[in-house]
Amino acid sequence: MSDAVIHVEGLGKRYRVGERERYLALRDVITRAFTSPLRRGPKRSPEMLWALKDVSFEVAQGEVVGLIGRNGAGKTTLLKLLSRITRPTIGFAEIRGRVGSLLEVGTGFHPELTGRENIYLSGAILGMSKNEINRKFDAIVSFAEVERFLDTPLKHYSTGMQMRLAFAVAAHLEPEILLVDEVLAVGDLEFQKKCLGKMQEVSKSGRTIVFVSHQMNQIRRLCERVLWIDAGQIHESGPTGQIAAKYESASLQPVDSSAGDGRCFLRWSICGHDNVLRDGLRDVTLHFHVHLKEPVTQGHFGVAVLTDSSAVLVGWGFDNLNINAGENEITLRVPALPLRPGAYSLTCSIYDKGNNLTGGVLVEQWYALPSLIVDTPPLSHPQDRWAGVLNLPAELKIQDT
Amino acid sequence: MNTIATTVSSPEVSQPPVLRITPPGRWWVIPLGELWSYRELIYFFVWRDIKVRYKQTAIGAAWAVLQPLLTMLIFSLFFGRLAHIPSEGLPYPIFYYSALLPWMYFAAALQNSTTAIVENQRLVTKVYFPRLALPLASVLSGLVDFGISFLMFIVLMIYYRIHWGWAMLMVPVFLLLAVLLALGVGLWLSALNAIYRDVRYVVPFLVQFWLFASPVAYPSSLVPAKWRWFYGLNPMAGVIEGFRWSLAGRGTPPGQLIGIAAIVVLAILLSGVAYFQKMETTIADVV
Repeated sequence: MSDAVIHVEGLGKRYRVGERERYLALRDVITRAFTSPLRRGPKRSPEMLWALKDVSFEVAQGEVVGLIGRNGAGKTTLLKLLSRITRPTIGFAEIRGRVGSLLEVGTGFHPELTGRENIYLSGAILGMSKNEINRKFDAIVSFAEVERFLDTPLKHYSTGMQMRLAFAVAAHLEPEILLVDEVLAVGDLEFQKKCLGKMQEVSKSGRTIVFVSHQMNQIRRLCERVLWIDAGQIHESGPTGQIAAKYESASLQPVDSSAGDGRCFLRWSICGHDNVLRDGLRDVTLHFHVHLKEPVTQGHFGVAVLTDSSAVLVGWGFDNLNINAGENEITLRVPALPLRPGAYSLTCSIYDKGNNLTGGVLVEQWYALPSLIVDTPPLSHPQDRWAGVLNLPAELKIQDT
Repeated sequence: MNTIATTVSSPEVSQPPVLRITPPGRWWVIPLGELWSYRELIYFFVWRDIKVRYKQTAIGAAWAVLQPLLTMLIFSLFFGRLAHIPSEGLPYPIFYYSALLPWMYFAAALQNSTTAIVENQRLVTKVYFPRLALPLASVLSGLVDFGISFLMFIVLMIYYRIHWGWAMLMVPVFLLLAVLLALGVGLWLSALNAIYRDVRYVVPFLVQFWLFASPVAYPSSLVPAKWRWFYGLNPMAGVIEGFRWSLAGRGTPPGQLIGIAAIVVLAILLSGVAYFQKMETTIADVV
């Protein structure tokens, strides 16, 4: 018997969509009952939509699994099914252990009640017993930093304070299995830093976590394994670096493959293997295989690395090149390429007899495929907002003076 | 070749129970065990409803006393003094207040439980708990108001020198009947309201009609004997006559009415639970 704490088999969830309004009114139902005998035509059967279809996977004890995918792919539906908020249409799931679901921050808060009262209410709703809340009360209050406002009604709290309090309660939930849905995406910087720290603490304590997020930085930091959900099914699953990179590269806008008078760029690779960069802090070589119909004299070769919004991160250009006709390998050696992990576009061009500014003839402009994937451990700021484009480590030292 | 019986393996740390999540199955089963394990949450829901209710009104808990008191005064004046409705020899205030006690509880419980699911829709779509806890909490939170109004009744009884008899011990029985009826009807209403959002607007009319169908403003002795059993299909008839009898000590114990009431309440409760559970499987998708 495996030690899987979550075992999902053939899980599917179907919703009814279409002409039916979200809210029914008894009045409408009654009038429709009277008028429908008069209506002609075939009875329209309601359209069905499979939000999740044939999902099967296992999560072992202590694993931190990420769920990634586009909006509407079915990640939240999966969490809702595992939280028993909604029932599956087919299939089943088996769960061993107490489940805590964080699908929203501030579940159960009531604005008329005081902070103290809301802690008890929210804690109870999330599944804590009264004793448990009593025990953790002081820890929750100090985590949220609301000591002075405990007896003020929640409606007088600022949004920031409310969220801190909500997360403080949720963070002290100690279930064996934690299901988290993008709750770390809200709040200011301070709050996000605290949340991330707490999540890491929770994952180190051996709890099983299933974590949904759009922030790939957080996924890379917290999750060992990732499930990529697309259109209600598991598209791929595997180690975080690999799958996250594939996901990001799939999200890149597809561009025109090549422009020029013929396919001269054949293929490219980085560090001699494929398109994945695994260490950005030492020598990196880019290889381009080209096949020229005619020799290039006094030509130009340029390479640029682009972000997904087509901004140039770094580029190099070399003029006055002479290249023979036929197959050639152009190698570019860079002492380091410390880019933030993710997917990037690579574009290169060859001009003959000059460059784009000096009247050279374009031989080919190629948007290299596949995309460049940087799969290195994130070393910069833990928050995406401040991590930036470069991926460089820094050593901190503090001294009394 | 050990002949001593041994356990299959070394005693392992007890495995947590396996929870199986499957498509909805038997919805007619009352989840008593599950409700018991969520009893603390139900307590918190009741506590929340009461606290919020009292924080929002300017007079707070005084409303629990004022409402039945004022209604009793109006009834005494219009039904009693002006219309001369018989009161079986009781002073009008006692006659009406003893009926209003269970009635106000019942009416409030119906109003509150109808919107229980819809008002908590954010909770229902984000956290799991047996949804039955919500109308149950609405029905239970009314008991606190009942308790406060009851204290007021004690004052009235002392003022009017009503004799305290052993029959008073039966009050909890009649109250239980009222609570179960409120729960049964509340389950129907909250389930219906979650699906058809205009049901809540029908409820005030329902309550109004039910008020006149119940012996609150008049004694049930006004109903002709051959229709008494039909009248008794309204469980509140049995409950209210029961309260009147046990608190004011007048008349005979309403055995027939109570018997019919108990059967009707059971039917409403069981069907209410079944319908609610059936609706519950789709509630998070609809709400």
